[in-house]
This record gives sequence, C-alpha cells and structure tokens, in this order.
Amino acid sequence: MTARDVILARVAEGLRDVPTGELADDIDVPRDYFRTVEGDAVERFIERISAYKTTVKRVAPADLAQRSAEQLRSRGLGRIAIPPDLPDEWLPSGVKLLSSALDVQALDAVDGALTGCALAIAETGTIVLDGGARQGRRALSLVPDYHLCIVDEQQIVGTVPEAIDLIAASVRRMLRPVTFISGPSATSDIELARVEGVHGPRTLDVLVVSPA
Amino acid sequence: MKSGFPERAHVALRDMQLRRNLALATTTIRGKRAAVTGERGDWEELRVAGAAIKRRVLRHLEDYLLQFESSVQRAGGSVHWARDAQEANEIVVQLVRRTGASEVVKVKSLTTDEIGLNDALTAAGIRPIETDLAELICQLADERPSHILVPAIHKNRVEIRDLFRREFGLPDLTEEPTELAGAARAYLREKFLSTAVAVSGANFAVAESGSICVVESEGNGRFCTTLPETLITIVGIEKLVPTLNDLEVFLQLLPRSSTGERMNPYTSLWTGVAPGDGPQEFHVVLLDNGRTNVLADEVGRQTLACIRCSACLNVCPVYERTGGHAYGSVYPGPIGAILTPQLVGTAEAGSLPFASSLCGACAEVCPVKIDIPQVLVHLRGRAIRERTAAGAGERMMMSAAGWALAGERRFRWARRVGRLVQRPFVRENKIERLPGGLSGWTMTRDLPAMPRRSFREWWNGR
Amino acid sequence: MRVALFITCMNDTLFPETGIATVQVLERLGHDVVFPKAQTCCGQLHLNTGYHDSAADLARRFVRVFVEEEIVVAPSASCVATIREFYPYLAEQLDDGALAEEVEALTPRVMELTEFLVRRLGVTDVGSRFSERVTYHPTCHSLRGLQLGDVPLSLLRAVDGLEFVELPGATECCGFGGTFAIKNAETSSAILESKLENVVATGAAVLTAVDRSCLTQIGGGLSRMGSQVRTLHIAEILAAAP
Repeated sequence: MTARDVILARVAEGLRDVPTGELADDIDVPRDYFRTVEGDAVERFIERISAYKTTVKRVAPADLAQRSAEQLRSRGLGRIAIPPDLPDEWLPSGVKLLSSALDVQALDAVDGALTGCALAIAETGTIVLDGGARQGRRALSLVPDYHLCIVDEQQIVGTVPEAIDLIAASVRRMLRPVTFISGPSATSDIELARVEGVHGPRTLDVLVVSPA
Repeated sequence: MKSGFPERAHVALRDMQLRRNLALATTTIRGKRAAVTGERGDWEELRVAGAAIKRRVLRHLEDYLLQFESSVQRAGGSVHWARDAQEANEIVVQLVRRTGASEVVKVKSLTTDEIGLNDALTAAGIRPIETDLAELICQLADERPSHILVPAIHKNRVEIRDLFRREFGLPDLTEEPTELAGAARAYLREKFLSTAVAVSGANFAVAESGSICVVESEGNGRFCTTLPETLITIVGIEKLVPTLNDLEVFLQLLPRSSTGERMNPYTSLWTGVAPGDGPQEFHVVLLDNGRTNVLADEVGRQTLACIRCSACLNVCPVYERTGGHAYGSVYPGPIGAILTPQLVGTAEAGSLPFASSLCGACAEVCPVKIDIPQVLVHLRGRAIRERTAAGAGERMMMSAAGWALAGERRFRWARRVGRLVQRPFVRENKIERLPGGLSGWTMTRDLPAMPRRSFREWWNGR
Repeated sequence: MRVALFITCMNDTLFPETGIATVQVLERLGHDVVFPKAQTCCGQLHLNTGYHDSAADLARRFVRVFVEEEIVVAPSASCVATIREFYPYLAEQLDDGALAEEVEALTPRVMELTEFLVRRLGVTDVGSRFSERVTYHPTCHSLRGLQLGDVPLSLLRAVDGLEFVELPGATECCGFGGTFAIKNAETSSAILESKLENVVATGAAVLTAVDRSCLTQIGGGLSRMGSQVRTLHIAEILAAAP
C-alpha cells in the first residue's frame, strides 16, 4: 500500500462514526455574518488603510499622472518599475520608468514600483492584486522598497466576503496568484515593538482615483 | 518517565525577564484582539461559520483530500503523501536534492517544526534558512520558539543585538528594533534573491481549486513563495477548506484573533504554477503524522479545527506565567496541551492536559469554538486510563476518596477520620504544612482546618 | 417552593457556614428547603483529575438522589457547571442512553444559588444588611461556565450598607483549578500572586465569590501573607440579617 492509500484508509477508519449516507453539504454552515457594510466605502477604505501608516490621497482622473509624479518626487524616488500595460494617462512625468520584466536583481535596484490593483476592501483597508490588468507579476510589488498603488474608487468593495466573491471567480477562471496587501510589511517580533518594513516594501502609498 | 510540565515550569517561573516579557506580550495582544473583535457586530456569527466549515471538512476529510489532490495536479503541481515525520522529511530532502540546491529558504511553519525538517535537511547537507524574523532569531540562537505568533518573545532586544552582532559580523549594531530588523532584512534579502528552493507551510488549502493560502506580516512569505524556482509546501491534512469562498470567514477570523489586526499586512494565495509568475515547480506534501489519531477520537477531533491563531495562548493564565518552553512541545499553550498529547500519545506528553486550571478563557476566544476545557478533561481521563500520568500516591488517594464519597455513611466516617488525622497539622484553626503529595498546596497557601461540625451534622441537629 | 439543597462535599465538610447561610437565605424567602441525605459529591474532583470511572459512579449517584426533585440549588458554580457541562459527556462516554436521558431531564433543574435567586425567582433584594467594604471575584465557572454575568453583583448591590469596590483584573483566574493547585503548585501559585495583589489593592475588608473552592485558594494566600482581608461565600453576605 502506498502512503496515500494508508492515510486515506486511516481517515476512513477514524470517521466510522459518520453515517455512510451523510454528505458534506448535510453539515449546515450558517453564514449570518455581514456581507455588506453601511456607509461610504471609499471613506472607510481611506480611514482603514491609513491606520496601517499608509499615505492615502484622493485624486481626480485628469490629475493622476501629475499627482503620482508629485508623490514619487516627495519621496525622492526617481527610478520606478511599472507593469507593461499601464495606460498613458497614469504615467508620471519626471521619473525614469522601467519595465517590470527586469530580473529580480535589477528590480532590487529600482527605487519603487507603481501598479494598479484588482480591487480594494474598505472594512479592512486592503488592496488586492491578482496579476490582472495594470498589476504585473508578484515580484513587482514585493522586491522594490516602495510601492505606489493606484485604486479606482469603483474598485473598492465594502467587505471581505464581497472581495472573496470576485477573487474566487478570477482564481477559478485563470488560476492566477493573488496577494492581499494591508499596509507596508511589518514585524513586532522584537519585544512587540512594531517596525514597519521588513522584507516587503517599507513604504506603501495609495492614490484613490475619484471622479471630480 | 521523562520530565513533565511541572518540572519545566519550575525553571520557567524563575526567569523573571521571561515573566515580564510574557506579561507584556500577552496583555498587549489580548487588548488589541479584544478591540478588533469587539468592533465586529457579527463576530459570533463568524465563529459559528468557521466552526461549521471545519466540522464539515473533518467529517468528510477523505472526499476533500481527493478533491484537493486532483485540483493541485490540474493546476500544475505535484502531490506527495507522508504518513509520518520521517516520510515527509525524506520527500522534502529528495525534492531538494533533485534541484541540486544546497540551501533552502523557509517561511515560518509550525508543521515543519513539528516534523523536525530543519534537522533532517541539515543532516542531508542542505542548509535551511528561517526567514521569519523571530524564527531566524531562534535559529541563530539555537533555541526553540516559545510562542506561535511571536516565537522569540522570550528574548529581549539586547540579547538579540548581541546575537546579530556575532552572527552577522556587525559589531556596531545597536539594540533599536528598527536597526535590528534592518540587519535581518539585509542578511535575508541576499538569500531571497539567490536561493532556488523554498519550503513553506500553509494556513489554508482549498480543496475546490488546489490553492494554498499563507498569512503573514513581514513579506518573507511572499518572497519564499514568489522568487524561488521550486516551492515545496507542507500541509497537515486538517488544513483543508472546501471552497475559495470559505476563505471569507477565515481571513476575517485569523488576523483579528492572532495579531489583533483587522487584516495582516500580506496574504498570499496561489494555485499550482502560474506561467511567468513565481515558482515553476510546485510540490505539496500532505502530512498525517498522528492527525488521523486525533480524527478518530470523537471528542478530540475538534482539535483539528485549530487555525493556529494563538489567541488561546494570550488569554491563558498558565501560559502567561510559564511561557511556551514549559510545554516541551512545538505547540504550546492550551491548544498545545490538547493537540500534542493526541499527536504523540500520552506516554510522551501525559502531563500537558493537566497544565490548566480549566478556567475556560481559551474556549471563550477560540475563533473556531474548540471546547478546549472539554478536550483537556477528556485527555486527562485517557492519561489516567493509560497510566501515563499520576503516581501511585495520587491513585491511592483518589481511589480512597472515590470509596468514601460512594455512600453517605462512608462519607461521615471518612470525615471523622479526617478530623483525627489533621490534628498534628492544625495550629490556630489552620494548616500551614501538609505532608507528601499535598505539600504543594501549603507551599504558598494556608488551609482552613476541618471544623468540628459538618453542615450535615448542623442540619440533623436542627 | 420546595427546594432541594445540594450542599457539595466541600461545603459540607470544610465550610458548613456556607451551607447554613444558603438555607437561611432560601428560608427567609419562604421556600421549603430539603436536604436529601444520600448526597455526597458531584464527581468534579475525580472528573477533572482524570478518574472518569469514579466520576461516572458519582454522577450516577447524584442523578439517583436528585432525579425526582423539581429544583436543585447548590452554592457552587463549579459543581453546577460540572453537572451541566460534563454529565452529558460522561453519559456519552459510558454509552449509557438511560443515564443520558435522565441527565438531560435533570440538568436544567439544577441551579447555582445566585442564578436561582435572580434568574428563576427574579429576586435581587433578599433583605440582608452587611456594612463592610466588599470586593467580588467572578469565578471562572460562574463567568464562563454558567455565564452568570452580573447576576451575583445585582444581589450584592441590593445589600443594605454594603460598600462595593471593583476588583481589578476580576475576570482572570485565581489559579485554583482543583488538583491543578497541587499537581502544578508553582504555576498555580504564580497565577494566585496577581489575584492577591489585586484583592489587596481594593482595600476591601471582605472578598466574596460564588465558589468556596476559589475562595480557599485566594483566602489561603491571603492568610499566608498575613492579610486581614476575610473571604466569605456570597450566601454568607446575603444571609446577614439587619
């Protein structure tokens, strides 16, 4: 017998008390938790992600390129990696834009990354990347020390269940990897003192694009 | 019998630095957890759903394991099955050898601690590098983690500074946590960029899609699961959830229970191999290692619902005083006190179910509603039945008490005997010193003497 | 109302004054208190120490003694919690269907004293007077087992002359835990330390609770440190007449 056979046999043996006719769906899973939240999701998203020491600004669509350039300049960052499919109106002027196709050694040497996202969650102040449009591959938002993420307010959902509904559909369809990001990387491993920035980007800035 | 919890606690309780660190850590996290669970009007509903999903998985585990296996394969991954720790380690060593790598980076994983993977890799000439900051500290110091969530909570910043100065060759390093974290960042960055193989655990494994979910804070998890060419993930068979949508429950329960955050900084969810993004070779090792024993016990089974949040550690009055090392187990605290004896047997860990005052604080915070006190009592029964706990003295006293309480006349008689026996120990109506097995009580506490008249005698005399 | 008193083996043997006070409170409220003499112990000691065969014998005995009673009242949350939470477990483990049925029928009729007064009778003022500064430790079994919440406090607040003072860290365990206090004496004592500090910090003259077991732990520690704080079961405060 293979290890697989043995383990499956042990499982079956251990579950002899489960009636043979019982199906998994016979076990009731009450889902009475909230699926939506009251109130302005955009306001809540901004409040919640700010709590993670992330700088968030609301910008008008027409000002996006200019405002992202300002944000990068204020951080003193000049060499920025971007995914291949960023629309022209997103591209900040006055910084050197590099392809996300760089190898990781080269990515490690850039000042930061600029990406969009798949969606964002108001309740928890989370941005979600699924490798779809305007996001590039995972290394892009991971290796550089700075991440500027642009969130269209249409992309902000209220709750985790709303987000998972969308993400589950995309995973089922495309099997793409997904990353949930809630603020900059952090550790509290030394005497519980919180330190922002361990391995992931030490700084996360977010621009929320709202119609004027 | 090997040393048990009381002997190890004896050592830990004398370490005042440890006691202070633990008190600070547990009260801080306790407060944060209370705040972010309290702000949810639906916290109880989330717990109910989480418990029900786990119940569903465990009662139908065979179906979900098979579904998970075929999902992973469909998504381009390979699945391996390991009956025990040795088999799991052999599989991992083989897989690493095939790549020709001499180093692997590791994401923090209790499961790999449980199977002793680092020792097995080292013995095979492969260097494991822990990448979680606290795990790295423990690895460099050659010490065992003491907390599920903050494994190096037993060390203070000066100790960590000295360790890093020595290990990284940085004589001028200060004890500022930012600087210490920076030193670890620089050391590990080079490893992340150059290492071809990573080993991870899993917080959740989705049967429907074959997806793996890893929840973390530092970004080391993202590095390990993104940059290497080969990724090996060890998954305890109880980590399955049926569907992607079920994650909507656990991704709310886990961070709020664990770090007391609305959401942890990073959660990675990947499905097999993604062309052009991340490892192009992906292996899952499904691990039993005693879990099917837990499954087979109808009372103990609920232990497998645990999502390793460590909320029970932080509220436990015992853990708060003794810390994790006293449990002598990879899984400390209340959850360790019920999980470990079931995984390794009561002969190894028979003292653990007794390391609790049964105060119930653990069950109150458990996000998946494990009735830890019930399982503790259940396992105490097993340890006594299997004669892996309690000496002859205790057994004699308990059977004498059982005899005396089995009838009203015996009970009256025993009390008369008790009043006689206590005489040499009573001074001013209290007992300050008891002999033998009972001396533990009077070490710090007086005991009132048995009064001349019992309630029953008062009642009869009315 | 006829009330059957389950006094508990500990109160019967070590703290008769708690039982006497319980009888006085119930009789003052006009109830007919009976004491079934065949009772001994609920089995908690054996259950929690792992001697489940003996515990099952004691559980069977308890059920036999009280099965006919309309209402059973005990001045101990931990004994009532044992009956409510673990008798079904013992019956299940013994695979004893008849016992399981009797347990299911009996356990809703077994109540802790303050629970009976407030939740069943709707009484908070039992007509007592007690002019001292009192603090209250909510025992784990009353708080997390029986979910008594503010029930005992509502009784204390109605006591004439009583000055109530909040106990810091009240909901934390005192470290007793039955034989845990002996088998893991050092850990139990380390937990007790914090409780003692908090009790002394209140400046109360009296510490009360609904379980004599926890009061033995805390009182034993107070006595050892030479503190003047006395421990009284809540029944003894409620029984104090003007």
